[in-house]
Amino acid sequence: MPRPAASSVGRPIAVTASDSTTRSALVQFLLRLGDDRLVLGHRLSEWCGHGPILEEDIALANIALDLVGQAALLLDLAGATEDAGRDGDALAYLREAIDYRNVLLVELPKGDFAFTVVRQFLFSVAAYYQLEGIARSTQTDLAGIAAKALKETRYHVRHAGEWVIKLGDGTDESHARTQSALDGLWRYTGEMFQTDAVDAALVGAGLVPDLTTVEPRWLAQVTDVIERATLTIPAAGYMQRGGRSGRHTEHLGIMLAEMQILQRSYPGAKW
Amino acid sequence: MPDSPDAVREFEARIAAGETIEPKDWMPDRYRKQLIRMMSQHAHSEVVGMLPEGNWITRAPTLRRKLGLLAKVQDEAGHGLYIYCGTETLGIDRAELVDQLLAGKAKYSSIFNYPTLTWADIGAIGWFVDGAAIVNQTMLAKASYGPYARAMVRICKEENFHKRQGYEIMATLSAGTPEQKRIAQDAVNRWWWPSLMMFGPSDKDSPNSAELTRWGIKRKGNDELRQRFVNLTVGQAVAIDLVLPDPELRHDAETGNWHFGPIDWDEFTRVVHGDGPLNRERLAARQDAHRAGAWVRDAAVAHAAKRAAAADAVAKSAAA
Ligand SMILES: [Fe+2]
Ligand SMILES: [Fe+2]
Ligand SMILES: [Fe+2]
Repeated sequence: MPRPAASSVGRPIAVTASDSTTRSALVQFLLRLGDDRLVLGHRLSEWCGHGPILEEDIALANIALDLVGQAALLLDLAGATEDAGRDGDALAYLREAIDYRNVLLVELPKGDFAFTVVRQFLFSVAAYYQLEGIARSTQTDLAGIAAKALKETRYHVRHAGEWVIKLGDGTDESHARTQSALDGLWRYTGEMFQTDAVDAALVGAGLVPDLTTVEPRWLAQVTDVIERATLTIPAAGYMQRGGRSGRHTEHLGIMLAEMQILQRSYPGAKW
Repeated sequence: MPDSPDAVREFEARIAAGETIEPKDWMPDRYRKQLIRMMSQHAHSEVVGMLPEGNWITRAPTLRRKLGLLAKVQDEAGHGLYIYCGTETLGIDRAELVDQLLAGKAKYSSIFNYPTLTWADIGAIGWFVDGAAIVNQTMLAKASYGPYARAMVRICKEENFHKRQGYEIMATLSAGTPEQKRIAQDAVNRWWWPSLMMFGPSDKDSPNSAELTRWGIKRKGNDELRQRFVNLTVGQAVAIDLVLPDPELRHDAETGNWHFGPIDWDEFTRVVHGDGPLNRERLAARQDAHRAGAWVRDAAVAHAAKRAAAADAVAKSAAA
């Protein structure tokens, strides 16, 4: 399915010159949302043709399609808001790792199937509550993208959540693999809820509602599923961070080297 | 017990009258076997076919191309699933069919044993391989076995979309930079002949053709379909300024067909028998995915059993 025509994006955003702080905060916010989805969608797409059952090849590709589709809309809007001549493709294919704004969680290699579905679950639940808020944004392009993404994310939460339960409460081996995935991923979850001046500027300008309630709601839903999966929430510890300011793991650069190869090798070519 | 001659006669009369055979209808044992062979080969081809194209999903050059390719490969997985389900109506399990593939006992379309070397291969596969599949499957959509025919109708719609997408990639590359044009032409050079081989050997050399035709599974011969594909494709190549790698290609005013040069059937036989460039790698990739996924499938079964036992216990305590 090709990317929907970006009819609502590409036109100038209604912020005045005196709002340049707000404008650049909005660009940053859109890059964060877009990069999270592009990087995670890319990781999921790595499963295509190699899933544990054919049904999962289809389901994971489906989620990857949703995420990359969301990323395309968000990055196009980021480019239009920035108004410096960059579209979604330029942002996706011609930025360095230090310019990417995704959380570290999504760039970690795909791991085994347990790692993939636990990560998807942890991300999708947070995304769901964030999008619910963002869909009420007064910036109508952003609100529209969020509303569409929210519907897709509802399915992602259900699909990944069901697998977490099946794997956690399946065999000894699946239980151990799923717990180990959860233990490894937990330290990367805090970054999803970290807020800074970018969020404050947008909340202050009334463009995005206050999202501080996302974390407790995320934790409640995650805890419920983890318990039903007979798994244990890892002990609280230091939360890794850095992605929002371009301080990534080593994995992202390798991923981008692969993703960007054609755009980097044939500067200016049309595809 | 061999099929009774009367029953076979009655069955063949139904076929001759253009009736559709449905899963519950009586059918000769050979008909069932031939269909299982053909349909499972088709399903395997869809699934193995995900590998050469999947190879470029992470390197697709734009977001739109990434979405298009991912959606296409996802469609192929769907086709595989759909045709496996259709094959199951003949009384065989998908698990058994998959085991045959993984054991190297089942065939799949040989074209997928060739490597995808550049992005242009993604265009060439869509244009040629999906294009050839459409010609073949349009014919199979009239097959005498209902579930297969219906699967083909549905699948063909998507294959048409894939073909257009592939052709559009090639058109874009051909009109692009000299380097883009070069990879486009190179992909055409590599994929053209294997695509012609997709229709299988000449009918006179094709062991199954007579029986498949008599029972209405195949409505047209391999050579006829191949010719149709060539006739359709020549003009498309001209339109986007790419050259099909066949010096003998010329229009025959008498037949209205495009005459093409001899196919290298030795290459075809070699690839079918396992010595294509990537036969081993393709099979190994499927085996690896299956092996690595075993614990996932086991977990799903174990969890379902636990759920069933729990539901059982609830029902019993309610009854008590
Ligand atoms: Fe297909
Ligand atoms: Fe097909
Ligand atoms: Fe296709």
